[in-house]
Amino acid sequence: MIGFISKVFAILGKDLTAEIRSREILSGMFIFALLVILIFNFAFELQRGELASLAAGVLWVTFAFAGVLGLNRSFVLEKDRGSLEGLLLSPVDRGAIYLAKMLGNLIFILVTEAILVPLFAFVSNLALPLLPLLPVLLLGSLGFSAVGTVFAAMATSTRTREIMLPILLFPVVVPVVIAAVKATEVVFGGRDLSSVADWLRILIAFDVIFTVVSFLTFEYVISE
Amino acid sequence: MNSGAEQQIQWEVEVKGLSKYFGPRPALRGINLGIARGEFLALFGPNGAGKTTLIRILATLLPPTAGTAKVAGKDIRREGEGIRGLIGFVSHLPLLYDNLTARENLSFFGRLYSVLDLEARGDELLEEVGLTHRQHDLVRTYSRGMQQRLALARALLHDPAVLLLDEPYSGLDPQAVERLQEVLAGLARRNKTVLLATHNLEEGFEISHRLAILAQGRIVWEGERDALDRQELRALYRQYAGAG
Repeated sequence: MIGFISKVFAILGKDLTAEIRSREILSGMFIFALLVILIFNFAFELQRGELASLAAGVLWVTFAFAGVLGLNRSFVLEKDRGSLEGLLLSPVDRGAIYLAKMLGNLIFILVTEAILVPLFAFVSNLALPLLPLLPVLLLGSLGFSAVGTVFAAMATSTRTREIMLPILLFPVVVPVVIAAVKATEVVFGGRDLSSVADWLRILIAFDVIFTVVSFLTFEYVISE
Repeated sequence: MNSGAEQQIQWEVEVKGLSKYFGPRPALRGINLGIARGEFLALFGPNGAGKTTLIRILATLLPPTAGTAKVAGKDIRREGEGIRGLIGFVSHLPLLYDNLTARENLSFFGRLYSVLDLEARGDELLEEVGLTHRQHDLVRTYSRGMQQRLALARALLHDPAVLLLDEPYSGLDPQAVERLQEVLAGLARRNKTVLLATHNLEEGFEISHRLAILAQGRIVWEGERDALDRQELRALYRQYAGAG
């Protein structure tokens, strides 16, 4: 078990070090998300009352599309450079590779959110209830990367991988996005965390089920 | 090898009736092959003969369609993770992370292979492949030949029982080929079990113990290297594989 965890962190550490040096994934996600948020902001010019209800949708649509960019790159970069094969040749449980990649994708999505949410609140003149928003962002992003990582691995081997990932991912991840949007809307409306307990329970259930299923099936997905 | 000797040989790599189809197209057709412990086998064949497919199956990267194979006594179908810990693999791609330094690459793979005393092992291998002076440089700044030497160091990191080399000289200039050749000759002297697949008859001839020719998914000839010279090998290759 210690060996398994050590290998998960070795792969995760390698991914983070490589990304810190190249910024190939984060820069793409961030610029795309920033542009979407700015376009939405200028397009709607929302009044205070409408803002809370629409902001949640705008944010999660932005995160979902920016997340797809990041997920696509996470395997494509390794596949194109041949380093994924080096990883698959090592005596590592495929589940450890899944967990490391999933945690890496989660970190990239959370970093993007950490920059964009305050920025969005600033340009939209929206109050930011940080404490109740944190579990919603965390659970929503976890569900997204849990499913997204396994589909990104699947799409990497296909010729139309950039198109394939959103087609595979979005139908499955719809419950996460809906629950996250609803919970975020309630939080932006100024209500406390207990008001979103039902949505958080849905997110937790989704996260647990899809992380376990993805962990168990990753070996078949990543094999040729 | 005669049948009497075959019964006593401890095969480090043993392939029996191995076939691989990609859809209806056969890549390997009932391959039988054995590599004894400490033996260096050069497998020659033209492009598309099935060399890469065979090596990828032995490395557990591809499942076979039919037949069996054992590497270091382990079955490729049932003991994939065990086999991966006992083989070293070098292909025409370096399989390295170019945003990491040579030392970081070796440390990363060393952790995956649970290598003990990783620092000292890294020093030893970097010295062996002549990259000590560039160990802290990012791999993307390396020449193709240097990347290939580092790939060999990565493959040797865990002191594997079997080395699988798939066109390791591909894309290298003559100087880099010579350097890699020296490193491989060192492995042959240390009695490493090596399978070298290449389409170039010059590569690996001198340092191998046994030779085989693969054409259209079949082993069409195999024999001891000492039994023939380069000219005879070329003639055999032309006869069986149609070029050379």
